[in-house]
Amino acid sequence: MATVELRFSALPEHVRTARLVAAAVARRAGVDEAVLYEVRLAVGEACSRAVGLHVSNGVSAPVQVALTEEEKKFSIEVGDEAPRAVPGRATDSDGAGDAPAGDESGAEAEDEMGLAVISGLVDDVEVTSDEAGGVIRMSWPTADASTPS
Amino acid sequence: MDLSLSTRTVGDRTVVEVGGEIDVYTAPKLREQLVELVNDGSYHLVVDMEGVDFLDSTGLGVLVGGLKRVRAHEGSLRLVCNQERILKIFRITGLTKVFPIHTSVDDAVSATD
Repeated sequence: MATVELRFSALPEHVRTARLVAAAVARRAGVDEAVLYEVRLAVGEACSRAVGLHVSNGVSAPVQVALTEEEKKFSIEVGDEAPRAVPGRATDSDGAGDAPAGDESGAEAEDEMGLAVISGLVDDVEVTSDEAGGVIRMSWPTADASTPS
Repeated sequence: MDLSLSTRTVGDRTVVEVGGEIDVYTAPKLREQLVELVNDGSYHLVVDMEGVDFLDSTGLGVLVGGLKRVRAHEGSLRLVCNQERILKIFRITGLTKVFPIHTSVDDAVSATD
């Protein structure tokens, strides 16, 4: 089970809250102080992306963030419920979701930049998605001996 | 912390001093400010980021948008930033090659290239 779980309405104003909570839990878990800004940035990027996907797909479900203290590492999962077309499988939404090229390309470019930032920052990262939504999993090493305060 | 914005004119340059956090929530305010400046005829902008605590890809997107706008008028957009953690996101995304980044407002204001 996650150490701390967060569910928030897919609105841009809540992304900062998710960043702050993630950084606070990461600090407690023993993630190096020097890396905490990167944790904030990566979580922020993942949550911004999830919010964008929910908004553009009209998904009313909340964005989910799971923060888990594990042995020697701290992991974060950011989950969205925006359906993706799975290659090679026909779905009802095939073709229907094609938006006019103009706006879509801008949103896609921003989405790609967010993912580029995450993969540039985090060594251990995994991005998956299917017709039920997507998950970004990231983890950072923690100090071996985390002493209770 | 929210986003703070203030502008001043130095010679033919307009300095936009940004403070606080530039993210998916606050970036639209910065976008509005840059659009307004360009619409009012300010095509040589210096964005002073020394007071910025946080910058994400949405913020980068707004800065790139600002650069496109001023370039359409043969203008310029220079950044002032000395903070390693802010500079890192420019490096990761390759944008250090796109923006002239200066260490001080004086330097940015007097730069010509």
